[in-house]
Amino acid sequence: MSNMGAKTLLSHSLRIAWKDLMELFRNRLGLVLLIVMPLFMMVMVGFIYPSNGGGLSDMPVALVNEDAGFGNSVLPSQVFLMGLQQINDQTHMLVLSNASSMADVKDMVQRGELQGGIIIPSNFSSSIMNGEQGTLIIVTDQSNPQISATIQAALSAVFNEMGTMLAQQNVQMLSPTINATNSLAVVKPYNVQTEGVVLGTPSYFDFIAPGIMAMTVMMSVMTGLPVAISQEKEIGTMDGMMVAPINRLSIILGKTLGQTARGLIQGVIILALAVGLFGVTIQGSILLVFGLLLLGVFAFVGLGIVITSFTKDQETAQMLMMTLMFPMMFLSGVFFPIQQMPWYMQSISQVLPLTYASQALRKVMVLGAGIPAISTELIVLIVFGVVMIAIAVPVFRRAMTR
Amino acid sequence: MENESIIEVQNLTKTFGKFTAVDNISFTVKKGEVFGLLGPNGAGKSTTLRMLSTLARPTKGTATIGGYDIVKHDTEVRKLIGIVSEKMIMYNRLTAKENLWFFGSLFNIPKDVLTKRVDELLELVQLTKWKNAQVGTFSTGMRQRMNVVRALLNMPRVLFLDEPTLGLDPQSSVEIREFIKKLNRENGTTVVITTHMMVDADLLCDRIAIVDQGKIVALDTSANLKKIISGADTKILNLNIANLTSELIETIRKLHCTDSVTQENSTTLKILVHGDEAFDSVIDAIRKKNGKISSMENLQPTLEDVFLHITGHQVRDSADQKIQNEKHGPFAQQQRRIR
Ligand SMILES: Nc1ncnc2c1ncn2[C@@H]1O[C@H](COP(=O)(O)OP(=O)(O)OP(=O)(O)O)[C@@H](O)[C@H]1O
Ligand SMILES: [Mg+2]
Repeated sequence: MSNMGAKTLLSHSLRIAWKDLMELFRNRLGLVLLIVMPLFMMVMVGFIYPSNGGGLSDMPVALVNEDAGFGNSVLPSQVFLMGLQQINDQTHMLVLSNASSMADVKDMVQRGELQGGIIIPSNFSSSIMNGEQGTLIIVTDQSNPQISATIQAALSAVFNEMGTMLAQQNVQMLSPTINATNSLAVVKPYNVQTEGVVLGTPSYFDFIAPGIMAMTVMMSVMTGLPVAISQEKEIGTMDGMMVAPINRLSIILGKTLGQTARGLIQGVIILALAVGLFGVTIQGSILLVFGLLLLGVFAFVGLGIVITSFTKDQETAQMLMMTLMFPMMFLSGVFFPIQQMPWYMQSISQVLPLTYASQALRKVMVLGAGIPAISTELIVLIVFGVVMIAIAVPVFRRAMTR
Repeated sequence: MENESIIEVQNLTKTFGKFTAVDNISFTVKKGEVFGLLGPNGAGKSTTLRMLSTLARPTKGTATIGGYDIVKHDTEVRKLIGIVSEKMIMYNRLTAKENLWFFGSLFNIPKDVLTKRVDELLELVQLTKWKNAQVGTFSTGMRQRMNVVRALLNMPRVLFLDEPTLGLDPQSSVEIREFIKKLNRENGTTVVITTHMMVDADLLCDRIAIVDQGKIVALDTSANLKKIISGADTKILNLNIANLTSELIETIRKLHCTDSVTQENSTTLKILVHGDEAFDSVIDAIRKKNGKISSMENLQPTLEDVFLHITGHQVRDSADQKIQNEKHGPFAQQQRRIR
């Protein structure tokens, strides 16, 4: 009997879900928005935030070489210029051009043609050859503080390289038996090498794609559900379902299935966009990714039903959706790592289930984690989902026959 | 058998906060009857219907349909009833057929039976031609016919209709009325219909409950209700006065025999009077004020008159009152300003 009951409950739910999806697919504009929304989200957050390496590149910078030279030996200014060229070829931070004087450079910076300049003064080589410090002058666009930092970083890398090369030469001169590798070890005994868990450098898209997926899918049940139900209440079609001799739970279950399908469709679109357009790679199992999305839905269903029970009309539902969505978006580490937030904000994010969902999804997608590595997140999501559903079912039953 | 009741309502009450929408009403509806709830806007008709069709929970009181309690055995009740509610129960983006299919599939009707029934119902209201068109493209009349047959998917023994002719042109109204009559005659379906239109009630209903401010103020057949007026020795006069003035109206209103005066247009008055000398008094009063009576008619009472006689106000009056009383609702403020 209870088996029969469960079967009819499910069959009614599927009918309702089918009906919802039919309506969705007949709504052309709605379908377009379904695709455009995640695309916008990816494009906006993906391109606004600087990716790794500071983000700035191809800044127009002028070189002014006023060096008067020193005898006819190889000039330090030439060594510097070669080094700079070499490093820039690798990083493409700067676009180098030549200018005749510092005044010229300042002029061009003001007109916005340049973002900075490097001036080698006339006494540069002679100072170094005489055992004094060589000084370089950097002209920067003060309206953009990041530029001066970037130019300085480029320069210090060049000097570092030059210094090492010089020291290596000196060591080899002192003891000719030493080879190049060993001489390097004498000069720079310590070296740091960063080694990620997976190959390659993850981009910012790799970071946000799992979060946005988790958020979209979960929002569809948490806020899409109240909107979908209050809409039917408002236009009156809910009565048509309510007068049918069906279990009230099949209405909410059907709606949930419909919204879940909708959320998953969006999730897949985001994933496809992320992989196809933004070069995101999935390190872990794609099945686990979908499993996690479904678990996220489960975790949020109860909350969605509770909100549904308390919202009377669509307007309230929509407003509530905005109110909940923004803090969730920013506090759950979807866009920034939560470790960057102050501690009190971090403790809020610790109680938001979206934090765990996006964290787990990120571990799987970026780090290729398996189930054992995300067991904490799984447990939190399951417990949260079960507790919320236990609260939601009686609340919903009471709310439906007011 | 004839008098077997199918709906029994006892002290049914519904309050919204402090406001009592349905106030302690009791009545029974006999099997195979067409029962009307007649009353002005805000009388509590829809609320009563919603409680009977298990869509709203009564604050107090009970009701049974086919012996099943509307609260305790709501699922059983739902199997017996169909409801045509004030709002259209249709999804605009689904076709006529899909809509009926969807709602029918919630009733555990076997697939082949349902398919046949959907086709039959569409044929019944001449919508077969449009069965694959989205309901959103339908005219009001077509939509209302859809709305009515939707309620018939489970072949209900009791059909509730909430203002089924609202917003329809006279032609479509007649069609819907004929359809309901036919359903009642041929299938023996018990019908409970709410309306604020006297014609609907007069033409359709075996018995009518007149509802005002949440209470049933009278309940009988249309003919018997009208006898309330004749029995009370009340007559209805339709007076045509060429030089009608407000002063004249006031004079008539103040007469001893006058129950009420309604101005129909610039020259016509409808007067409810009582007593043997009523006619003479009215005519004398008008003559004295130099009123020129161009015609005078003794009208047969209508349900409107019955309502006026019983409640002391017109159906239209209390419709206005509702707007004033309504402190809730998004339009309350606006309506008050418009007035
Ligand atoms: N959900 C509700 N919350 C608060 N008040 C309500 C609610 N539903 C109805 N009412 C009030 O109860 C009263 C009766 O409403 P109801 O809809 O039953 O009237 P009605 O007789 O059907 O009128 P109409 O002819 O306008 O349909 C109205 O004053 C209405 O404002
Ligand atoms: Mg109504």
